[in-house]
Amino acid sequence: MIGYSVDKEYQEMLDAYEKAGGDSSALQSKDAARLVIHENKVLSADGVNGIQIETKETKNSVNIDLLVKEGVKIPRPVHLCFGILPQEGRQEIILRLKAEDNSEVNVIAHCIFPNAVKVIHKMDAEIDIGNNAKFSYKETHYHGDFGGIEVIPKARVTLGEKAIYENTFSLAQGCVGKLDFDYEITSGAGSVAELIAKVYGKKDDIIKIAEKVNLNGNSARSLIKTRVVLRDKARAEVIGETYGNAPYARGHVDCIELVNGTEAIARAIPIVSVTNDKAKVTHEAAIGSIDRRQVETLMARGLEENEAVDVIVRGLLR
Amino acid sequence: MGGGDIVLEIQDLQLGLNGKFIINGLNLKVNQGEIHGILGENGTGKTTLAYLIMGTNNYKPTGGRIIFEGQDIAGLSISQRAKKGISLAWQEPVRIEGLRVRDYLKLSGKNFGTKQIEHCLEMVGLEPSRYLDRDIDNTLSGGERKRIEMASLLAMRPKLAILDEPASGIDIISLPLILNGIVEMSKQGSSALLITHNEDVVEIAHRVSVLCAGKVLMTGAAAETSHWFKDHCRSCPHINEPAEEVEKS
Repeated sequence: MIGYSVDKEYQEMLDAYEKAGGDSSALQSKDAARLVIHENKVLSADGVNGIQIETKETKNSVNIDLLVKEGVKIPRPVHLCFGILPQEGRQEIILRLKAEDNSEVNVIAHCIFPNAVKVIHKMDAEIDIGNNAKFSYKETHYHGDFGGIEVIPKARVTLGEKAIYENTFSLAQGCVGKLDFDYEITSGAGSVAELIAKVYGKKDDIIKIAEKVNLNGNSARSLIKTRVVLRDKARAEVIGETYGNAPYARGHVDCIELVNGTEAIARAIPIVSVTNDKAKVTHEAAIGSIDRRQVETLMARGLEENEAVDVIVRGLLR
Repeated sequence: MGGGDIVLEIQDLQLGLNGKFIINGLNLKVNQGEIHGILGENGTGKTTLAYLIMGTNNYKPTGGRIIFEGQDIAGLSISQRAKKGISLAWQEPVRIEGLRVRDYLKLSGKNFGTKQIEHCLEMVGLEPSRYLDRDIDNTLSGGERKRIEMASLLAMRPKLAILDEPASGIDIISLPLILNGIVEMSKQGSSALLITHNEDVVEIAHRVSVLCAGKVLMTGAAAETSHWFKDHCRSCPHINEPAEEVEKS
């Protein structure tokens, strides 16, 4: 097992963050709010004017309270970096996030587990987006090739009137391991929710993605968009649920799962339900092999077949 | 036209599917730098011919030879044919989610910088600043997608460009741009096989062959062959069953 001294942890997290595609200078800038957590240890936590970040380490977890104050529009993205660098470890993040009315913030999170053999990364989040507030969250995972990791993100999100919530989850580098993704959104009047998940399953990865939107407010809108590519013996189940419970609510569930090979297994379960006669919810789901004509088009430009497949997969997961 | 070396020579080509010959003893020669029109009604084997030359759709000749620059290419993969200098623009180009126009064109023009890529878009009437960062997905109209396909051929500069119905789905303003692009490629030494059912499109061709029932009925200069096509094929009540005297004419 690789050992890591406390002194080296911060620099190594920055290095790993950079390798994962993050801009490590953003994690050191005084102009941007940032938070770096290794295992259950907070290495850095700094807010900026308008954002308050409070953390508390407990025996088994880190509690984070993140508050974006009323009417504040944060000009630079907030950078979060979570990770475990040794082969074994457990990280549990308990996040309470509140974006007060009329605030606006963009969060970029990188979750880094390059050496995982026996790692658990768990997040339980309660997210409250106030009236007319805008919250954008983009989480990118960087895993190693072994796949010895369980990723368990769960979030309960409440959107106020005319709130805008955009969440993008991307796990396309390295092996997934085991993913149990579970998000539920309750939408207020006139709000907009967009949930995007992009995952590339390989080897023996097991992927479960459950996304649910309750369109409870008049004219609330939502999109659940899921893109999964599987190869080897990877398995995936995607459950996208949308409930139109209010007049003029509009929701759409859009799932594409591509299977490359004969042993991977993909499953999609879209559930759409309407309890108000003025609401409308639609869905589309496509599961299948990679489109032959797409591959041939790229081969006709000189790419080998495997290169063409790679371009198509990267595009879908971009 | 390119009256030089023969780039493509098709000899007695046949493709039988389900007991029926889709291509039935087809002969064709295309010279270097030549724009060669293939004119035919629907269902006469035009697209099948394109697929056989490119090697797509799992089509393999059941007889005859496809010779490109002196080599029989029937056994080559699509990639190998493309690397030898053959490429195809499909009648209905595919959409690929997440693949940006910029990246798609760079796949074709491997040594191209941004300026050259932009020039290819301008040649087909697309404003680079509006298109380079768009995905080639279903947010593009059919006409936009076709023009991007043409731009990708311009970027690739193949020795032989096969264009399947380049005018279909293209508006009246964009069509001359597409046709100019084909002429420009020809001037730079590329040959083009211009497959269409529209006799106006082959006006730019150096020679035109009329296809019916999977074989070439006649080959000649564009104007002469277009007239012949109008007279014999537009009014023909038995497409794919050419009368004996027509075959000989």
